[in-house]
Amino acid sequence: MRRVDPALQLLAPIALIGVAALVGTIVSTSTETYVINALVNVAIVVALYVFIGNSGVLSFGHISFVAIGAWTAGVLSMPVEEKPAIMPHLASLLRDHTVGNVWSLALAAAVGAAYALVVGLPLMRLSGLGAGIATFGVLEITHNVLRYWEKIGPGLNTFSAVPETTGLLQASLGAALAVVVAFAYRRSRFGRLLSATREDAAAARAVGVSVHRQRLIAFVLSGALAGFAGGLYVHLLPVNTESVYLDLTFLTLAMLVIGGATSLWGAVVGALTVSAVDSFLAEAESGIHVFGQSLNLPAGTRIVVVGALMALVLILRPAGLTGGRELAFRQRRPLRVLTKFAK
Amino acid sequence: MTVAILGIDWQTLADAIGLGAIYALMAVGIGLVFGVLRLVNFAYGQLVMAGAYALAFASERGWPVSVGIALCFAVVLALSVLMDQVVFRPLRGQSPAVMLVATFAVAFLLQSIALLWFGPLGKISASLATLNQPVTISGVDIRKIAIVATILAAVCLLILVLLLGRTRVGLHMRAAAMDFRTAELLGVRAGRVIGAAVLISGLLAAVVAVMLTVQTPLVTPDFALRDTILVLAGVVLGGMNRLVPATLGGFAIGFASGLLGGALPTDQSQYLPSFLFAAVILVLLVRPGGLFTREGQQAVERV
Repeated sequence: MRRVDPALQLLAPIALIGVAALVGTIVSTSTETYVINALVNVAIVVALYVFIGNSGVLSFGHISFVAIGAWTAGVLSMPVEEKPAIMPHLASLLRDHTVGNVWSLALAAAVGAAYALVVGLPLMRLSGLGAGIATFGVLEITHNVLRYWEKIGPGLNTFSAVPETTGLLQASLGAALAVVVAFAYRRSRFGRLLSATREDAAAARAVGVSVHRQRLIAFVLSGALAGFAGGLYVHLLPVNTESVYLDLTFLTLAMLVIGGATSLWGAVVGALTVSAVDSFLAEAESGIHVFGQSLNLPAGTRIVVVGALMALVLILRPAGLTGGRELAFRQRRPLRVLTKFAK
Repeated sequence: MTVAILGIDWQTLADAIGLGAIYALMAVGIGLVFGVLRLVNFAYGQLVMAGAYALAFASERGWPVSVGIALCFAVVLALSVLMDQVVFRPLRGQSPAVMLVATFAVAFLLQSIALLWFGPLGKISASLATLNQPVTISGVDIRKIAIVATILAAVCLLILVLLLGRTRVGLHMRAAAMDFRTAELLGVRAGRVIGAAVLISGLLAAVVAVMLTVQTPLVTPDFALRDTILVLAGVVLGGMNRLVPATLGGFAIGFASGLLGGALPTDQSQYLPSFLFAAVILVLLVRPGGLFTREGQQAVERV
């Protein structure tokens, strides 16, 4: 059975993404947007998982890589004739060139990785609270710079006129790609070394693992995935600085924590579950009919429910809905070490 | 009349000191709870926000200032104790990072409850608006709130120093902050110490709510959110493990952001958060124990 387990661990998340995509094809167009959004969230949360889940180090900063990715893909793929209206102060190199959909996504991933490398080189020396605050600092700095530096993007404006290529197909392929990369990393030598540092950093160091290097590798990889997800995001909705800031940080962290931070399965389950709850409530805020009852919730209910869910899961089941475990045919006994985050 | 360097006038300086004083109080409130519980309360700003809504609520109904302030204290203290009972207590024994994420969730929860309850537009708390007017001291206009905030913060800190240094519960709190397990073994009552820390931290949040609503009378759901983020950075900057460095860190970041925000032209001051956080990250890298801690006092990393 154990030989089958790895295949299951890859195929189950992919199957779940497939099911979500199938649901997307049979529902109305407005609901389809929610499904696409959920799939992009899967890509973001899987990116978070690659670093936070495997290293046990907290990061509040990953949405800055999503933002950088969105900026890269958005600026590069907007048609040249639209650029002056939305981004009047754009640097000439960016103003005069436009790339296609696939290239914009690839470049978003590349720029995300490069930014993560620059940020991670110094920051990966920190862990615990220091890492939490420092990555928060990265988020603040990125948000602040993107907001006011109009040479590299729209500043306070919204990314309208970016080709809306992230449909159901692109979103599900993107989410699946993120899952495959995360799975391959987890099974690789690097992923195993990093999990070792999560469970016991001192022991890992004692057998010659460089904690800094392993964390940096995961950080850069997850920066690439986050940048890629940001590219998907900007091709879906008109993004602005506020949509890739605190709220998205909160929402995606909630997804990861609720699902179970230490497993890929948990990341995908968390992202889809919370997205479903969130979209249902978003719809309910504008009034819907459920089972013949009309339901009209006041604006803001979404975050209350998601926040309460996250707090509840952290208090009652800190390892998340999936218990932080991958799927297996034969349930082995529960993980003994459940240090979710490095002290 | 200006200070020669940087062209900072006295008014900006006074405002910066006032803001630093308020942030120092928040830093103490966060630092006290961290000392005994090892928990960074990201939701501290939402306590302040609740107090600010209480003030605005009283002010909109034309209630006297004293009633408004009493209501503010009652609301903040109640919420502070509730937060401890419902959230902090079940989380005891988790790693600091888990608790940080949990309080991050609580912060968002409270913020959206405020949004549900009071709407996105915000309420005006005008009852203490007279404190925003300037007084003239030897030819310099200084806003009263800057003076009041500085004095009030100084008084609060003095009381706190006496409380921690001269009373039994203060001694217990210091012991618990140093080593909770050992303190408990030596007869310090955990529940009482934690209760005292939570109460004092709530009292400080209420004082901060009063001061901040004078500075910013418009109370919105994200009231004090930015301040909390800055104060948290300041606390880490100063040194999380000791109260005095944490307070100094809080003061420093408030002072710096007030001073630079007032002195720099807009096209530069819009990047102020970037510089502040870059400085914080730099300090974290160079002196992970904090800026104002002495050698040997720094937190010893387990690995």
